[in-house]
Amino acid sequence: MPDLANTGSLQIRDVSKMFGTFQAVDGVTLDIEKGEFLTLLGPSGSGKTTLLMMIAGFLDITNGDIALDGSSITDVPAEKRNFGMVFQGYALFPHMSVRDNIGYALSVRKRPAPEIKARVDEMLDLVQLQEFADRKPTQLSGGQQQRVALARALCFAPPVLLLDEPLGALDKKLRVEVQEQLKDIHRRVGTTFIYVTHDQEEALSMSDRIVIMRDGAIEQVGTPKELYERPATKFAASFLGKSNFIRQGGKTFALRPEKIDLRTDHGGDARASGSIRSITYFGSMQRIIVDTEQGDEIEVDIDVWRNQEILSEGAAVDLLWQDAAAVELKDN
Amino acid sequence: MHALRKHLHPGWLIIAPLLVLVLALYLGPILNILWLSITDPEPGFGNYAKLGESDALVRIIWTTVRICIITTIFSVTLGYSIAYAMVHCHQRQKNYMLTLLLVSFWISILVRTFSWLMLLGRKGLVNVALEDIGLIVEPIAFMRNELGVLIGMIHYMIPYAVLPLLVSMQAIDHRVMDASRNLGATGSQTFWRIYLPLTTPGLVASTLLVFILSLGFYVTPAVLGGGKVLMVAEYISVQLLVTLKWGTAAMLAALMLFGVLAMLWIMSRFMKLSTVFGGAAR
Repeated sequence: MPDLANTGSLQIRDVSKMFGTFQAVDGVTLDIEKGEFLTLLGPSGSGKTTLLMMIAGFLDITNGDIALDGSSITDVPAEKRNFGMVFQGYALFPHMSVRDNIGYALSVRKRPAPEIKARVDEMLDLVQLQEFADRKPTQLSGGQQQRVALARALCFAPPVLLLDEPLGALDKKLRVEVQEQLKDIHRRVGTTFIYVTHDQEEALSMSDRIVIMRDGAIEQVGTPKELYERPATKFAASFLGKSNFIRQGGKTFALRPEKIDLRTDHGGDARASGSIRSITYFGSMQRIIVDTEQGDEIEVDIDVWRNQEILSEGAAVDLLWQDAAAVELKDN
Repeated sequence: MHALRKHLHPGWLIIAPLLVLVLALYLGPILNILWLSITDPEPGFGNYAKLGESDALVRIIWTTVRICIITTIFSVTLGYSIAYAMVHCHQRQKNYMLTLLLVSFWISILVRTFSWLMLLGRKGLVNVALEDIGLIVEPIAFMRNELGVLIGMIHYMIPYAVLPLLVSMQAIDHRVMDASRNLGATGSQTFWRIYLPLTTPGLVASTLLVFILSLGFYVTPAVLGGGKVLMVAEYISVQLLVTLKWGTAAMLAALMLFGVLAMLWIMSRFMKLSTVFGGAAR
């Protein structure tokens, strides 16, 4: 594998995209480090896929500049950018075997056959599909096709790998398994991964950094922990995880449901009190909705083995949390 | 009875009347023709033996096959580019093109054939115009020869060539082409290695359709060939209506039928016919 140590950083400068009069991406500036696993997270229509397509070169940039390792690639066509890409629905070549799919990038670069074979074998090892090399994509399961798409995109050792909702077509259980494999492969190849998803769990569990996007612009950037613990806006707090919003002294605070405790008779320390409206059992925890005396509705997640004696619908409870748990938001 | 019901889907009952009708009205006459070809004027393979004896018959068959092959090559090639343009242009233009394509289906073959005479005949628009501006002295012989027959047939066949290609091109996932580009392939590499293989079933369907339909062409060679280009269909009609040699006519018809079946059989050795007629590559 070529040395990737000094390549694979991306500089995105004030990039915008207009479709007619519709502003799909609005002035995005972002630095992506080499070897990073960066996730673009946002609801549909937030511009995350458009941004990815501009990085890939499939869409022209209306304004701004994208550079790889400091040199602009804005005018470089997609086929010359040498970025790997895993497409939504994989877009495997249906008439080619798994081996020919994976070797395609080297074959169009007219590399000698023995080199292609050796490299494809290496990739088949990486994604553990050795025994499927001669099958056609339609003869594989969804998870296997996803791995072929990954191997095909990594075969020519691209500095950057773009992934467009690659797990969207898989069922939930398989998805968790493939997330692990993806993280493992990322560690082993050291390529920069730019990953687009609308699934916040995927984003939290896999990324080095997450970019939350909204209406074509960046809402907040940070590590999963930073974003979860210190959301800057209501949108960030509610899109990544669940959150209660409390207003105190003209300010809005975000409060995660699992950071609240429920007690009876804590009159003095209680932050709020109210009565239980509903209890929903989720196995690993239970979600309790409390109507406070102030008229708010607060969600609380607590362990199922706790507070059994006081938990019944209609019971009066006090709510407690630590100062640090309530995060002040920039928007009100 | 129980076993029969188990194997016989009730749906068959619904189509049974139609099936009987097809068998009676379609297979019946075909069998009759096969029967005629070995019984008229006397029992035996005398009609088929003529193929070895008569140079004229062999020449007619060769002319037919040659014209059909040339027609097929040009119709499918032109049809491929038309279908490609239709699939890859904007929706509005696509609707216009589709309408034009359908309109050409609705215009009678007689009208389309005679309009070529008006355009390219000796006193046709093109020749008169060229003579008037002094580019030519003698009219160019576009019509009343094999060239005329080819022009008329290719023109008639292009819409037929387009439709199966259109279906197979529309079925292609566009991201596959993006993937090819992304992996570093040039435009022509993507075409030859991805696009063309994925449209091969459509190409085969289109080729078969055009070739088989061309084999039976009657009006166009008769009008545009000016009696100089004799193809099988016209010869059959002469045998039926003028010389009353029904046995020979039946033999030639049977020969064309076997030819078509043989082509389908050879094709089925190389690919699944269901993918050809299903249009999409899977």
